[in-house]
Amino acid sequence: MLRLLNINTFYGEIHVLKNISLHIAEGEIVSLIGANGAGKTTLLNTISGIINARTGQIMYNNKDIARKSPDRVVKMGISQVPEGRQIFNPLTVLDNLKLGSYIRYRRDGSRKIQRDIEEMFTLFPILQERQNQLAGTLSGGEQQMLAIGRALMSRPRILLLDEPSMGLAPLVVTEIFKTVARLREMSKTTIFLVEQNARAALKLSDRGYVMETGKIMFEGNARDLLENREVQRAYLGKEKKPIWE
Amino acid sequence: MSLFSQILQFLLTGITIGTIYGMVALGFNIIYNATGIINFAQGEFVMLGGMFMVWFTTVLKIPMIAAFALSVIMVTLIGALFERLAIYPLKRPSVLILIMITLAGSIIMKGSAMLFWGKETYTLPHFSGEEPFYLFGATILPQTLWILGIMFVVVIILAGFFNFTMLGKAMRACAVNPTAASLVGISVKKMVLLSFALSAALGATAGIIITPVALMEYDRGAILALKGFAAAVLGGLGNGVGAVVAGLLIGILESLGAGLISSGYKDAIALLVLLLVLFVKPSGIFGVSEASKLKEF
Repeated sequence: MLRLLNINTFYGEIHVLKNISLHIAEGEIVSLIGANGAGKTTLLNTISGIINARTGQIMYNNKDIARKSPDRVVKMGISQVPEGRQIFNPLTVLDNLKLGSYIRYRRDGSRKIQRDIEEMFTLFPILQERQNQLAGTLSGGEQQMLAIGRALMSRPRILLLDEPSMGLAPLVVTEIFKTVARLREMSKTTIFLVEQNARAALKLSDRGYVMETGKIMFEGNARDLLENREVQRAYLGKEKKPIWE
Repeated sequence: MSLFSQILQFLLTGITIGTIYGMVALGFNIIYNATGIINFAQGEFVMLGGMFMVWFTTVLKIPMIAAFALSVIMVTLIGALFERLAIYPLKRPSVLILIMITLAGSIIMKGSAMLFWGKETYTLPHFSGEEPFYLFGATILPQTLWILGIMFVVVIILAGFFNFTMLGKAMRACAVNPTAASLVGISVKKMVLLSFALSAALGATAGIIITPVALMEYDRGAILALKGFAAAVLGGLGNGVGAVVAGLLIGILESLGAGLISSGYKDAIALLVLLLVLFVKPSGIFGVSEASKLKEF
């Protein structure tokens, strides 16, 4: 469904993404793990069109979207939940959700949009309670739910999730991950999850990629990655045990 | 004329002119919110609105209402064209470059207006006669009521647009966080274009309604922009309610100052207010200082 081929992205002269190739099949949850500064967010922003790759292709349903603007990418069905939520603070929760449907409100009409908003409220009941509150007054976890809800309102085929667990309490993180799992069951949305919380992300995923300083170091089945010693040592916090032990 | 009715007269004059400053300030805010830049060509939109109206009604003999609409449309197109030619082609411009560009745009618009209409001062017939009526000894021109009424309608329309329509909310979203706005599929460049068109239309409206009482000439833009800018800063940059209130306040101060002290100081008062605000409370009377710290300037 989505296939990246030899993507190279630069910030000025700094080479951030080095020959990245990966693919995501329809209905999959794929996670991308890696340390701070590995280039994970840059990778998502390259897919979304916020930054343009200098070379390489991003094939989405056999079309190259590598140099499309972000609004075009959303219209084609790829929606990103950005790092740090980035909801519209001075607007109400309801307005944030409505703006999520910006690309289709004229086509679909307010009744369909209203039905989808109800759906978001079933997914995140707390948002219904707070629908008339300004988004900036929500707690971190609620803001994350709103950010996910806003992205879902465009009815994406692929959801790009950038560090949904960032800065949240462990209990809230668990809840967010549960929701992500539920999302796939409910709507068959394909999910590309970027996380530093490698264990939780891989447990949820079908496949995973491990990124280090702009390169993909490992890839494979999520279960295999969880058992891979290198990955365990570097990202799962387990000491590499000597073989003779 | 008693002192009371004199002061009442000054107040009324101040409110009339203050309405215009408020509308110019609103124009500044619309563009500032969408792009983070101060459009120094804002005053030229007001001038162009007045000049087109004069030209349409007196030279082309187009009826008033049609000429009003045509003038607003013309200036809106000029605003949009200005954005497309001067702002749109830039990739990641710095704030300073954008300011230079809007200044250049303002000079070009002023120069073209002079070439086209000459250096004469023009006037327009009042919308509904010049027979004043009296209130406690002060005279009110019907045009004053037109100005206040139209401003009221414009403010209501703008408030409705930004609070209740999807497009208006999208513009606000763009102002809050352009990256996040583009991630929900809002085309930021389109919103910038729209903000220029909208604020040009607003400026033109102000120019049309003020010309019958304040006259219009090719170089009026700069001083109107300056006072509108003072109002925008006083009200807190980006704050719509603040802009209108501050505009009225500056208009009243100016009129009282001109009447009670000396009319020679009229233009100095807005500048004095601007300087005082910048020294004492740069975030403006309605601005939140935390918010202003996040702004680029």
